[in-house]
Amino acid sequence: MKLIPLFVILPLAAAFLISLLGKQKRFFCDIASASITFILFVISLATIFNINSQILPMIYKVGGWLPPMGLPLVVDNLTAFMLLIVNFIAFIVSLYSINYMEKFTAKLKFYTLFLLMLGGMNGVLISGDIFNLYVFFELASIASYALVAYGNKAEELEAAFKYMAMGAVGSLFILLGIAFLYSNASTLNMADLSQVLSAQGTNKAVTFVGILFILGFGIKTAIVPFHAWLADAYPAAPAPISAMLAGVVTKSLGIYSIVRIFFNIFGVNPSFLNLLMFLGALSIIVGGLLALGQTDTKRMFAYSSISQVGYIILGLGIGTPLGILGALFHLFNHSMFKSLLFLNSGAIEYATGTRNLEKLGGLREKMPVTANTSLIASMAVSGIPPFNGFFSKLLIIFACIKSNHIGYGIWAIVGSVLTISYFMKFQKNAFFGPLPKELKDAKEVPFLMQASMIILSIVCLLGGMVMLPKISNYFTEPAKTVLVQGKDYSNLIFKVLNEK
Amino acid sequence: MTYFLCLVLFCVGLYAIVRKRNIIKIIIGIVICEYAVNLFLVLFAYKINGRSPLYSPDQEITTMADPLPQALALTSIVIGLATTALLVGMAIRLYEKYGTFDITKINHLKG
Repeated sequence: MKLIPLFVILPLAAAFLISLLGKQKRFFCDIASASITFILFVISLATIFNINSQILPMIYKVGGWLPPMGLPLVVDNLTAFMLLIVNFIAFIVSLYSINYMEKFTAKLKFYTLFLLMLGGMNGVLISGDIFNLYVFFELASIASYALVAYGNKAEELEAAFKYMAMGAVGSLFILLGIAFLYSNASTLNMADLSQVLSAQGTNKAVTFVGILFILGFGIKTAIVPFHAWLADAYPAAPAPISAMLAGVVTKSLGIYSIVRIFFNIFGVNPSFLNLLMFLGALSIIVGGLLALGQTDTKRMFAYSSISQVGYIILGLGIGTPLGILGALFHLFNHSMFKSLLFLNSGAIEYATGTRNLEKLGGLREKMPVTANTSLIASMAVSGIPPFNGFFSKLLIIFACIKSNHIGYGIWAIVGSVLTISYFMKFQKNAFFGPLPKELKDAKEVPFLMQASMIILSIVCLLGGMVMLPKISNYFTEPAKTVLVQGKDYSNLIFKVLNEK
Repeated sequence: MTYFLCLVLFCVGLYAIVRKRNIIKIIIGIVICEYAVNLFLVLFAYKINGRSPLYSPDQEITTMADPLPQALALTSIVIGLATTALLVGMAIRLYEKYGTFDITKINHLKG
């Protein structure tokens, strides 16, 4: 209970201290960032065990003010699940960037912005107040805009400006939505809001607010009509940041916020679910088709990321417990293998200096660790049986068929075939075939980069084990229950508050 | 009526973001949108003949403007400042690299 605020305090304090003290000691920022993210990972593990032992959500009342007055921090099963993913990926990424960021000059600013972004994401996950969520959302977004422009080359600035212009408009839509919501319900606390809105019954203002929120959070999630920024921003950012953006930022800022607001506050209705399913299916196919034609590895992974996020949205849109379980499981898997793929592409760029698939080839001999981990990641993302991606895609397709959406099920299978085809292209062009002359002296990357890729590939290999009841009862099942029970969320929170 | 003007202001900002080709004009569009939202926040908090939301123990207060949206507007102004500063900084760097503010000429990225 006392540990909840640490998720925000620790990264913010570390960001401040690194920018203050990092100049004197050269290794201070490396050690500080890696240890802080490791501590956060341990705390999030402790949180997930803690919350499973007591079933009810944990609430921290900031300054002792009771809701609906104060700004409570709430951790329930869904939040604990997301916190574990976010902090694990952050730890791996900060290990990786110790070596990778050596080639950039301003490592200090990188760590400061990285930790600010992490603090913002953790804040979005634990906040129990809708305006507080917006503030943390903006904190994470602004840090990520600056990180995309980090390399300071012409293309990177262009991508960052595009991302930022779209992101700023999206945030304005969210703020407008919050303003309408407050003028309608006179409260901003999520649990209170849920009760006030159900007392009011159906309401046109809420539908309008819903549309504003889908626009705003949809831009951050990069579902298909709003995806234009993503394919430029991911390749422009440094590799660890692409891994963060693809792995966790779109999920915690986009999918988590949509799910929390629509499932737990507004309550779902069939037309909203149909919209989600349609957008998800559209993302799967459009992302897959666009990825096929790419020659830049990172740009290919960026489009692939749109396609895989489409599966998550499709699974959530089905709305049955099985579909939601599949979606959450795919969310976990996608964070793991897509982060791993971006780290691999960063390793290739580190060793050879290029990301163009036409100039690469035959790296299997030279870089065995990168080759094998990226083979595991490619097989996991395409859904080859022993790896984790297979099980989650299977669950989503089963859920489609069980709920009589056979068309969407076939659509998802077609998307999966597309995925295999572009990952075969990536593997063949990068690691097999003859070695070009320019790459004769390519070397394997340093130890810490190898270690972080190996850890993620082990998680990909064993990720299917999450399906076993013993693990799933701690991990995905309780998170699913939070979404299935929908508007009971507010009752649970008021129950916890009234006990004390 | 004032709400309608607020909406018009928001639409003016959106028009500038969507239609203008100069980066600086796009930034000004984003700022106009922000001001429209802030204005909207303060507007719906106001009551007719309302007074400022100050608590005093010796008088009974019946009509008072809602103080919470004013606090929200303050927060969103601060966020807007950060966004604008970053955007302008990026615009300066873009001008250094490309020598122009015209977004149709800033087109190294394709696909």
